[in-house]
Amino acid sequence: MSLALPTPTAAMKSPNKVVEFCQQQPLGAVSFVIIFAMMFAGIFCELVAPYDPLAIDFASLLVAPSWEHWCGTDAFGRDICSRLIYGSRTALVIGFTSSFIGSTLGAMLGVASAYFGGRIDNWIQRVMDILLAFPLIVLALVVVAALRKFVIGGVDMNLIIAIAIPIIPRVARVVRAAALGVRVMPYVDAARAAGYSDSRIIFRHMAPNVVAPYLIMLTAFIAQAILAEASLSFLGLGVVEPTAAWGLMLSGNAADFYREAPWMILFPGAAISLAVFAFNLFGDVLRDYLDPRFKV
Amino acid sequence: MTLVESYQQPGHKAQPAQSDSVLLDVDNLHVHFETSRGMVRAVEGLSFNVKRGEIVAIVGESGSGKSVSALSIMRLLPKMTSRIPQGRITFDGRNLLDLSDEEMREIRGQHISMIFQEPMTSLNPILTIGLQITEPLQIHLGMTPEQARERAIELLGLVGIPDPARRLEQYPHQFSGGMRQRVMIAIGLACNPKLIIADEPTTALDVTIQAQILELMKDLSRRLNIALIVITHNLGVVARYADRVIVMYAARLVEEGIAENVFHKPRHPYSMGLLRSVPRLDRPRGAKLETIEGLPPNLAVPMPGCRFAPRCPFKIAICEQEPGLLQTDLGGLSRCHRHAEIAAGKLAWTGIGGGGEIPVAKETTPLLSVRDLVKHFEVRGGLRGDSGTVRAVQDVSFDIYPGETLGLVGESGCGKTTVGRLILKLEQPTSGEVRFAGTDIATASAGEMKTLRRKIQVIFQDPYSSLNPRMTVGEIIGEPLHVYKLVPGRKEQHARVEELLQQVGLRPEMAARYPHQLSGGQRQRVGIARALAMEPSFIVCDEAVSALDVSIQGQIINLLEDLQRRLGLAYLFIAHDLAVVRHISMRVVVMYFGRVMEVADRDTLYAEPLHPYTKVLLDAAPVPDPTIEKGREPRLIKGELPSHLAPPSGCVFNTRCPLASEECRQAVPLLREIKPGHFAACIKV
Repeated sequence: MSLALPTPTAAMKSPNKVVEFCQQQPLGAVSFVIIFAMMFAGIFCELVAPYDPLAIDFASLLVAPSWEHWCGTDAFGRDICSRLIYGSRTALVIGFTSSFIGSTLGAMLGVASAYFGGRIDNWIQRVMDILLAFPLIVLALVVVAALRKFVIGGVDMNLIIAIAIPIIPRVARVVRAAALGVRVMPYVDAARAAGYSDSRIIFRHMAPNVVAPYLIMLTAFIAQAILAEASLSFLGLGVVEPTAAWGLMLSGNAADFYREAPWMILFPGAAISLAVFAFNLFGDVLRDYLDPRFKV
Repeated sequence: MTLVESYQQPGHKAQPAQSDSVLLDVDNLHVHFETSRGMVRAVEGLSFNVKRGEIVAIVGESGSGKSVSALSIMRLLPKMTSRIPQGRITFDGRNLLDLSDEEMREIRGQHISMIFQEPMTSLNPILTIGLQITEPLQIHLGMTPEQARERAIELLGLVGIPDPARRLEQYPHQFSGGMRQRVMIAIGLACNPKLIIADEPTTALDVTIQAQILELMKDLSRRLNIALIVITHNLGVVARYADRVIVMYAARLVEEGIAENVFHKPRHPYSMGLLRSVPRLDRPRGAKLETIEGLPPNLAVPMPGCRFAPRCPFKIAICEQEPGLLQTDLGGLSRCHRHAEIAAGKLAWTGIGGGGEIPVAKETTPLLSVRDLVKHFEVRGGLRGDSGTVRAVQDVSFDIYPGETLGLVGESGCGKTTVGRLILKLEQPTSGEVRFAGTDIATASAGEMKTLRRKIQVIFQDPYSSLNPRMTVGEIIGEPLHVYKLVPGRKEQHARVEELLQQVGLRPEMAARYPHQLSGGQRQRVGIARALAMEPSFIVCDEAVSALDVSIQGQIINLLEDLQRRLGLAYLFIAHDLAVVRHISMRVVVMYFGRVMEVADRDTLYAEPLHPYTKVLLDAAPVPDPTIEKGREPRLIKGELPSHLAPPSGCVFNTRCPLASEECRQAVPLLREIKPGHFAACIKV
């Protein structure tokens, strides 16, 4: 007599890991495709883009999407498709760097806060509370307005800093919570009993054990950072003309011509949505992958 | 109508005439798990039965398949990953494996109930106790809320909870661990089950509470004629309860028999070894623990022949062939080719010999001297406002001499772990001093501390969480060498790590592995190697063996003693297990509720305890001998540990002490020397 229980291993043992992944995480696969396409376009702009994104062509103003111009042209006759491709470079550079800087600083503060506890923890957390009181975009606006503009290698550093700062408290909170759990582990006590320095315990013993929440926050905030960059550019405080940036493409004369030329806002809007969607999904998939509690 | 009477009503099928009939029959049960490492055969060909009203114990080490068997009877195995390819579980005439989920729920609620190990997490924290007891009564027996409430009060009274009507309105956090386990038992009893399966029911409880719960379960089973399957690794618990014992090893039943026979005349080498490797309170202390060497086999790898053969001292050629379950001379079963020779007394478990008493040079200056140590924790009340001071450690004083082992025993919450943490300077004492080789640790400067740290090391209880999961074994052991520059270069560091690994009985290749790739015992050895890397003279062992299986525990204790002999280490051995402490310690400190109750040489303390608490503690500890256990008087100890926020006045033990009188509530008794070298804090001695 046997009790027949379904065996999930039939699906798990499929020969191709890619196929297997697509079956288990269909949305994750979609997000990978979008992110890969974005990165490819962003890195190889010069090769992929059909036109110069800055080239003004008065012969073809506000041309509707066609075989020559897949996404149409804007009020200066610039090819929107090419500008989108170059825009993905802007979005990725600013998204990645600001999220990386913000998350890393946040994680370091979070771990230190959890390790030292007491008064230091209290002070760090109260400052984080104040920063958290502002919505991400509002805080970024304040910072970008307060900072002097400086550009390194064609990238607005003040924009990156402005977006990174509001990310810090959000990551610090989550990482601190994880680090508090690690803080009471006997192996941290053992390290303290061995008389290791604080920095050694923080970096060697605690930090590697909070990498999972850090990576998850990092990817999730890439989406937020891209959105923030687009919003700031739209408001005129971010990337400035004539650089190609998605948020910028929605502002300016796009607002005046959207009735006659809806493609001017349709495509950049779709690009922003897709990118945010893909990075958010990617963060979810990463969490499932890194968190053993989600594993069957 | 009382509860006992209700069991004799026609509705309940337990008739006295049937009492000898088989209630549960497990026949050739196989359980497989699909894991990432391949298929694990967790249970193979298990057959046993339980008669009505009988108490059967299933004993085995972790991974032997004992809990999995219980879960498969309840059909509670995870559906996604487990499979029962073969077998039959007949309960009261029905094969449980054929029932629909709906029918199975009925069985689970009404006929079989289960009690789990962890009383802290098996109750829902946001529902009142009353709700959790009355729920099954209303669902399964169709009682009205009033009837259910009445019955719940009766049940709580039955399991010995005072003032049941009021306690029904309370939430789980308002109950202590022992009380929660009583509530779990009450819930288990709620629907008059015929069978209760208890999975390690007392493992999470303190010795004195454990004794009360064991008493209760045994009494209830006898009075209400409920069959009981007790799953445990604690042989003392088995001896107290069981009519019959089933010993499991590596997914198979290896021996079955009447409790007295299995304990006094085991017929399988594994049972023999298991019984010999436990330190025992009821026998003279042996010089060295006998252990079963080696590790249990990996169940993911198919293995021909006898499962125990690689660790068995009686292995011969025939052991290459799989032994069947053979009838022994005593009417039990044994899965050993040579059981008849064992019965004839031809095969005796030879001791590993060596060892002997560890000579301690009588030194006059203590290595570590603790004086009037006090640690208070401030508890800031949340919304409920129960703020106050927890006096975790109060006026604790003792000395440890070089090369000596001092045992520190007590129940959970007695402050023993805090004392260890204060010595390690993981906590700052409120007052008092901890002098190590003349320097007060509490006030030492950072520079002084740096040199002291190397001399004082620690081994923790949980071998799973005491090693950083992101570092390899080699990195873990090599780190102190590198930080303190104990070896000149990288090459020497590797050599030293290998040497340390060998010193603790691990192979040098282990250096490349990560902690999760090791077994519990191996991890604990890595923890010991890490401590030794510093070349300490003193090690705090905080429950260093209590999370390990019996056969592994013996190996680690022997390792600690060996190292002490070779390296002249001093240990502070913190533990709750009295038998283990007796085995390893030279002197023993007994703590209760933050205070020292008694200090004496090991042999004096165990032979002639003076303090009533020590007596109670020794009396409560179960010993692995059914004859002694079954002939015991009911235990002395009553009640529970008092609240740390409202400590009793006078002697802290007066609320539970059998000798307590009015004077005991007046003043805190001082620790006084009653006989030379024998101190007790009690006015009655």
